[in-house]
Amino acid sequence: MSATPTTAIDARPTRRARSFAQRLRGGDEIAYAITFICAASVILVTALLVYQLYANSAASRAKFGWAFLYTSVWDPSAGQFGALPFIYGTLVTSGLALLFGIPLGVGAAIFLAELAPPRISDALTFLIELLAAVPSVIIGLLGVFVMIPILRAAEPAIRAVLGWSPLFSGPFYGVSLFTAGIVLAIMILPFIISISREVILSVPGDQREAALALGATRWETTWDVVVPFARKGIMGSIFLALARSLGETMAVTMVVGNDPKINHSLFAPGYSIAAVIANEFTEATGDLYQGALIELGLVLFALTIVINGAARLLVMGTTKKGAA
Amino acid sequence: MSFHLARRKAVNIIMLGLTALCTLVAAGTLVFILGYLFVNGARSLNWNFFTRLPTPVGEAGGGMANAILGSAKLLLLATLVGVPIGFLGGVYLAEFGGTTFSFFVRYTTDLLNGVPSIVMGIFAYTLIVLPQKHFSTLAGGLALGVMMIPIAIRSSEEFLRAVPLSLREGAMALGASKARSIFTVVIPAAKHGILTGIMLNLARVAGETAPLLFTSFGNRYWSPGWEQPTAALPVMIYTYAVAPYDDWHQQAWAAGFVLLSLVLAVNIVARLILSKRVAPR
Repeated sequence: MSATPTTAIDARPTRRARSFAQRLRGGDEIAYAITFICAASVILVTALLVYQLYANSAASRAKFGWAFLYTSVWDPSAGQFGALPFIYGTLVTSGLALLFGIPLGVGAAIFLAELAPPRISDALTFLIELLAAVPSVIIGLLGVFVMIPILRAAEPAIRAVLGWSPLFSGPFYGVSLFTAGIVLAIMILPFIISISREVILSVPGDQREAALALGATRWETTWDVVVPFARKGIMGSIFLALARSLGETMAVTMVVGNDPKINHSLFAPGYSIAAVIANEFTEATGDLYQGALIELGLVLFALTIVINGAARLLVMGTTKKGAA
Repeated sequence: MSFHLARRKAVNIIMLGLTALCTLVAAGTLVFILGYLFVNGARSLNWNFFTRLPTPVGEAGGGMANAILGSAKLLLLATLVGVPIGFLGGVYLAEFGGTTFSFFVRYTTDLLNGVPSIVMGIFAYTLIVLPQKHFSTLAGGLALGVMMIPIAIRSSEEFLRAVPLSLREGAMALGASKARSIFTVVIPAAKHGILTGIMLNLARVAGETAPLLFTSFGNRYWSPGWEQPTAALPVMIYTYAVAPYDDWHQQAWAAGFVLLSLVLAVNIVARLILSKRVAPR
């Protein structure tokens, strides 16, 4: 009964009255100490992680300073490292993923929560959550051998519709920012769907009944009443998905093309932070090169922490509101 | 007016249909992934895959026996690192925790859970590979183990909390100390849930590739002991998929099939167990 205040009557002598040896024999203090150390070690590990990333990127931080973040020359042989192409690639692929993933994911969540009979909804949700368990390297494998041929076949059609835009100019080799965006969209779908569904389900039923009673159609009820009510939680699920896609490594590495340049066409190859670390880390020689890659890791870490933090706040906000 | 109503009804039908379509696309993707992998993987799979070492490029046959064993060793290490810390940390949060410190631990756990897997690889690299100056199974196991901690903590805490308070009170009323009641009454009551949580956790890290690229690295031969680089199934899939050889692609499909079957089997069984145990309560 150490930390939590309790009103239970404790028949045993008070803590102070029992000798230290007695308390040890009871095992309470030992169990407390051991479990406390394990819980505290989470904080230690996280602190150590930040420290290691910071300390081991010292060479790169000292040489480039903040310019690391906004210069775009990545030339290991010349010892010149700028992270902008990778930051650009990461943001563009994740942005594309959200562009495809949000409408699909929220739409599916609405169907599963509002329309589908509970049994079918549960079965489909089970299936979709299994999609989240598929290892990213396997999604990458299918990206390389299935998605790329499909996109190649679809290229003329896409160009016919969107070819006027500079975003779809230039040759298309299959590997591109666009391909990576689609693959990422598939990977984040299960997160958006399962969390959004949960949030929509927690919207109180009387909200729906009130709207229906006023003569709203099913869709109007859902779109004008239920979804706005669940908005914060849905936003939270999108932020969580974004954090996932920013840090996603293998699938992106396999289809993004790995070209450290800022190409404005989505059909052009690009690079992402996680992908460059995966590709170049083992061959990085020298403190500066390795330091630059570790600093990229630090940037990625900071990005995901900020976005995850925002997501937690949003999700926490709605579940409280939903419960009240 | 009636036109207005017709329009609203049409919008209703169209939008509801679209949401159904979204669901179909999402669920269809999974079915497609499974189907494609099963067809391609099963075709490329044979007995050699489980018993032979990889052959040099161009030589037919060969398998990934070393990668299967390597993955098993890495998972064993990861369990040894992640499960005790995660489990006991979960016991603290569920049984001993106060408010401020527990909040802090939970928050950090969530942060750690959100750290990209490739960054975990860098972490293990700087801790073990850098001082030792060589890749090793140990480093890969550590990377995966740290990744297991957050989920182990949260799932243990959740299942321990699900144990009714009356069980704790009963044990204490019989004179058991708090520690004794936790370890002989509460934990056994939550045993199934906690074990299932660990299985799901293992299935998740079993497919991780990024943290292994520069910790356990890869190996075309057996890797004796814990101090040498080792092959692992996910890393092999990656290396074989991006290589330009056709027979390597076939092997990658086979490996993908094996890995996905394992991961999905564990997921399905675990989820069924959980839903059954939660329902009657």
